[in-house]
Amino acid sequence: MNTVPISYYLILSAVLFGLGVVAFVFKRNIITIFMAIELMLNAVNLAFVAFARAHNQLDGLVFVFFVIVVAAAEAAVGLAIVLTIVRNRESLNVDRVNQLKF
Amino acid sequence: MSLPLLVFFILAATSVAGALMLILAKEPIHSALALILVMVALASLYLLLGAEFIAAVQIIVYAGAIMVLFVFVIMLLNAGTEERTDWSQLAKYAGLPLGIFFMLWLAHWMAHSGVGAAAASSVGTPVANSVALATDAASGAFSTRALSEQLFRTYLFPFEATSILILIAILGALVLAKRDE
Repeated sequence: MNTVPISYYLILSAVLFGLGVVAFVFKRNIITIFMAIELMLNAVNLAFVAFARAHNQLDGLVFVFFVIVVAAAEAAVGLAIVLTIVRNRESLNVDRVNQLKF
Repeated sequence: MSLPLLVFFILAATSVAGALMLILAKEPIHSALALILVMVALASLYLLLGAEFIAAVQIIVYAGAIMVLFVFVIMLLNAGTEERTDWSQLAKYAGLPLGIFFMLWLAHWMAHSGVGAAAASSVGTPVANSVALATDAASGAFSTRALSEQLFRTYLFPFEATSILILIAILGALVLAKRDE
């Protein structure tokens, strides 16, 4: 049924993860940096599903499920932190958040 | 070229294009829309891999809940065009080559480590201790029933632990976002 080699999925996963790293380093907006983290989590999920398919085991899918749950929790707390930072600094630029105490 | 391979290449190109749009977009809202495109393409790839439940969860939780949260915060903070500073030049000249190097290195490692070849040869031969009903014989898709049995038997404790995690996350978000009186 599945004629796509597993290594293709792994290479796509690596490319997406690399693009996530590039976005993480490249972007200055704190929300976009957060989105880059989500992109990297998605790339890892793809590798998990590809390995689950390769070994015909369900454990990989369970891991993906947990990654998605943790990503949801992380997004909720992270965006609340973003709200607090913006309220205090009045800027979304991470270069302006260079002091622990303000 | 077989049909699954063609579909794979279309979806892979869509997801990579979406990731590039995320990087190149100047407005955060465009980045968010590009990320939604990546997530939908990945959900379709999960369908291609036979993981129907994960594809549905990807659409509902990621593209639905998490990205709505992002778009909401962008709207709430009225986030406009990114402002550039001196440090972002360093990121441009050091971060871009490093990121591309890292990406190529990962792809090279995966293509040549034998992981792909070993995995490809084991397709269709379930490992000894796997659930008997892991895949549906007719379509080759992962069965959602077997997945739920795995989730609520083998992984019951981690599953309950995530509910505590979600509860703590809700409380944390409330405490952080609350305005000081």
